[in-house]
Amino acid sequence: MAGGMTPAPQGNGTGYRAIVGPLLIPTWVMIGIFLVLPVLLMAVYSFLTKEFRGGVVWDFTLAAYDQFFLNRGLFGDEPPVIEWTYITIFWRSIWQAALATLICLIVGFPTAWFIATRPARTRAVWLFLVTVPYWVNLLIRTVSLKFLIRENGPLNESLMALGLITDPLPLVNTNLAVQLGLFYSYLPFMVLPVYAAVERYNFALSEAAADLYASRWVTLREIVLPVVKPGIIAGCILVFVPSLGAFLAPDLLGGAKTFMIGSLIDEQFRGSQGNWPFGAAAAMILMTLVLIVLTVYARAQTKGDAR
Amino acid sequence: MKGVRHYPGFLAMAVACLVILYAPLIVVTGYSFNGSTSITTWGGFSWRWYADVFTGPDAPRFKAAAWNSITIAILAATTATAIAVAASVAMIRGGRFKGKSATFALINLPLMVPEIVTAVATLIFFSAIGLTTGYMTILIAHITFCIPFAYLPIAARLQGIEETYEQAARDLYATRAQAFRLILLPLMMPGILSGFLLAFIISLDDFIITNFVKGAGMETLPTAIFGSVKQGIKPNIMAISTMMLAVSVLFVTLSYLVNRIGQRTRS
Amino acid sequence: MSTAIDIRSVVKRYGTATALHGVSLSIADNEFFTLLGPSGCGKTTLLRCIAGFEDVTEGEIRLFGQNIAGLDPNHRPVNTVFQQYALFPHMSVLENVAFGLKMKGVSLSDRTARAGRMLEMVHLSAFADRLPAQLSGGQQQRVALARALAPEPKVLLLDEPLSALDLKLRQAMRVELKTLQEQTGITFIFVTHDQEEALTMSDRIAVMSQGRVQQIGTARDIYEAPVNRFVADFIGETNLLEVTVDRIEGGIARVTLPGGHTITCPTAATTPGKHHISIRPERLSISAAGDLTATVERVVYLGTDLQLLARLTTGEEFHIRLQNSARAQVPAPGSTVALHLEEGAARLLAD
Ligand SMILES: Nc1ncnc2c1ncn2[C@@H]1O[C@H](COP(=O)(O)OP(=O)(O)O)[C@@H](O)[C@H]1O
Ligand SMILES: [Mg+2]
Repeated sequence: MAGGMTPAPQGNGTGYRAIVGPLLIPTWVMIGIFLVLPVLLMAVYSFLTKEFRGGVVWDFTLAAYDQFFLNRGLFGDEPPVIEWTYITIFWRSIWQAALATLICLIVGFPTAWFIATRPARTRAVWLFLVTVPYWVNLLIRTVSLKFLIRENGPLNESLMALGLITDPLPLVNTNLAVQLGLFYSYLPFMVLPVYAAVERYNFALSEAAADLYASRWVTLREIVLPVVKPGIIAGCILVFVPSLGAFLAPDLLGGAKTFMIGSLIDEQFRGSQGNWPFGAAAAMILMTLVLIVLTVYARAQTKGDAR
Repeated sequence: MKGVRHYPGFLAMAVACLVILYAPLIVVTGYSFNGSTSITTWGGFSWRWYADVFTGPDAPRFKAAAWNSITIAILAATTATAIAVAASVAMIRGGRFKGKSATFALINLPLMVPEIVTAVATLIFFSAIGLTTGYMTILIAHITFCIPFAYLPIAARLQGIEETYEQAARDLYATRAQAFRLILLPLMMPGILSGFLLAFIISLDDFIITNFVKGAGMETLPTAIFGSVKQGIKPNIMAISTMMLAVSVLFVTLSYLVNRIGQRTRS
Repeated sequence: MSTAIDIRSVVKRYGTATALHGVSLSIADNEFFTLLGPSGCGKTTLLRCIAGFEDVTEGEIRLFGQNIAGLDPNHRPVNTVFQQYALFPHMSVLENVAFGLKMKGVSLSDRTARAGRMLEMVHLSAFADRLPAQLSGGQQQRVALARALAPEPKVLLLDEPLSALDLKLRQAMRVELKTLQEQTGITFIFVTHDQEEALTMSDRIAVMSQGRVQQIGTARDIYEAPVNRFVADFIGETNLLEVTVDRIEGGIARVTLPGGHTITCPTAATTPGKHHISIRPERLSISAAGDLTATVERVVYLGTDLQLLARLTTGEEFHIRLQNSARAQVPAPGSTVALHLEEGAARLLAD
């Protein structure tokens, strides 16, 4: 998605050049007014003062960021020390997302490779099978996973029936469950771009490597992975970014100890305990993180093109 | 000796991948036909929870939510597709113009901003301009984030259509509007359908943004399901899930067929 | 001279389709050996069996006496120059050339030095740090060659390596390849569908068709003494006529031509009866009384030659080539000419 569609230098022989403006007005209006403007407004809100029943008072302050990063004691009069609560939540989100990305890659790459090396007919079937979950409602998939792994759920029951465990595994409300949920949610996002890259891969390169005395696994490391790297990076971005801001998996599968950014932000806009400026500030910090990731990605891409 | 395409263990990984992706869905589908009131014990095959969805105590709520979901998805996908068609023609047939790369970034922006951030920002915006949250706000938000999903397949298709067809039509005395309606639009159709289907499913799927901008008393299917699930997973939820699953499978099949037809008319 | 590669009754099937029907041939050490045949005849398949990318279904391949079945490609002392080069796109030219040495565990300094020498040999030292995408087709081709030669294989396999180049470059590369082969002393197995390429470079040529070897021999052998219709027709231009053979004795056949004239000619057939005879169009002369009589239908100007498209009095199409010299008397279209067969113009084929 990101940068996938570079506008081709096509010509002017079709007469659309004169009406580019009118054709683009709806896009500019919709995204400009209903996304760009809101995000800018959100940035402003993060510097406002909170009002108690939700909403804001138009007094500018750094209170939200102060609350996020610093602890000034219960009554706000002690010397500030670093507040770890929210940093910890962000840190947990980052490593949960990174781990989910890694696991998706470990499962997704072999799957994508396997599919791309099937004969045309079976390949279409495999591709269809991995695409279906991508189209299934994420909420439903997450609920289904919860149903499967809950304490008295089918997974535990069958493991116990097989005699592999004696007591049900307490999976729900753990980091592991959240991890499983993220992995399960975004796995198709890894498989599809990697598949697209492997499908374009020229297998003669592997043959050339084998011909030059490289073993299978050395070929994978030295030739295949570097060549399909753009697909792998795209897959990693597509898994990492939504994992970072995920709400459903941590909310439905996790507990208090597995709080992630998404839930933290969500909570600030729920009823009277909410704190809109703080929520806006947390959202700003999340967006900054994502922008950093995307910038690094764009850099890596342009560097790759320059080579 | 095995060829260079073969790696030991990759088949196992692919099978594991499918098992992981499907096990929860299959289990829930199976249990949706459970005749028992308890979700833990199997009480024989039955359609009762499907009947319950349509006639049970929660039926009015789910029906209203389904109606909202479907009408919003149709309206949002149609509008977003129309916007995306215009945008793709400008971006791909408009030559070079000032602000092109900014527009390109703008179109893709909804894909870059994390959903939860979009949700927060949209809520703040609507509340700041004093717009009451409800059907209309959901629809506006959905149109906005559906635009790039509609745009991607449409632009990809358009990029593959050579300009010579339209030029030939213009050469044969067609006006720009006629060349568009009679030549370009039919050729773009597979991309437009793909874009529409994708936007439709994305709108139908959305939970996070909808949950923020829906306002009190307004529900779509995902928010209604989420509300129920918070009280525990009941069998009727599994029946609804299974029906939505069936709709998704139908959509993948449709988009697959659209692509197949599209490939036949590729230039 | 020792045998580098011995291919014994190799059969290769893909499912129900058979790509090689019992191919046997033996290639000497230091030989420039060419597999020549039309597209789809199984050349690549045979090469891939030697390199180890495909298993043979039946038969065996011996490399310096050792059966190499079951040996993975990375364990065979054979290197390939791929048709589309298959240069590693993410590695520099030097890294590409050094790759085989790296895999063999040669130290960085040694392999860099050797790869550098290989690049010198193919005149690409100035491009060592470029990526393959930054080279022209001819340069990429030479990198592929240097890469395959760097590990000093015992046998080098080349699959239509010149087919992607333009004519001038192709002609220059023919000479360069032949020189390289003589310098290095490595056995080359060269695949091509271009007969001119095969004729100019090879020590010996195997002509293949439909998964079978039709004839093996030097360039002169297969041009002057083709064994069957396929070889006669595929190599150069020829006229194939159906004839009746009266008698065969001591490798010489007595043949009655269309029109009734009787000649003797060398033969690949062993039994009398209906056979085909190949008559090379440049070995004919127009004379007062000849072996064949034809009506000229069209004269085509080819620069060095003139081609006469004619028809025999018995109805068969017949081509004649005359050198474009000032002395040539060119018959006008519509005129009837008598044709004299020169020594070695005709050869009786086995089928
Ligand atoms: N992997 C394969 N599967 C099925 N048939 C193949 C395969 N590779 C080659 N063939 C068939 O084997 C025959 C010989 O092919 P090839 O060796 O590539 O011919 P050449 O290199 O002489 O053009 C062809 O008919 C081709 O269709
Ligand atoms: Mg070939």
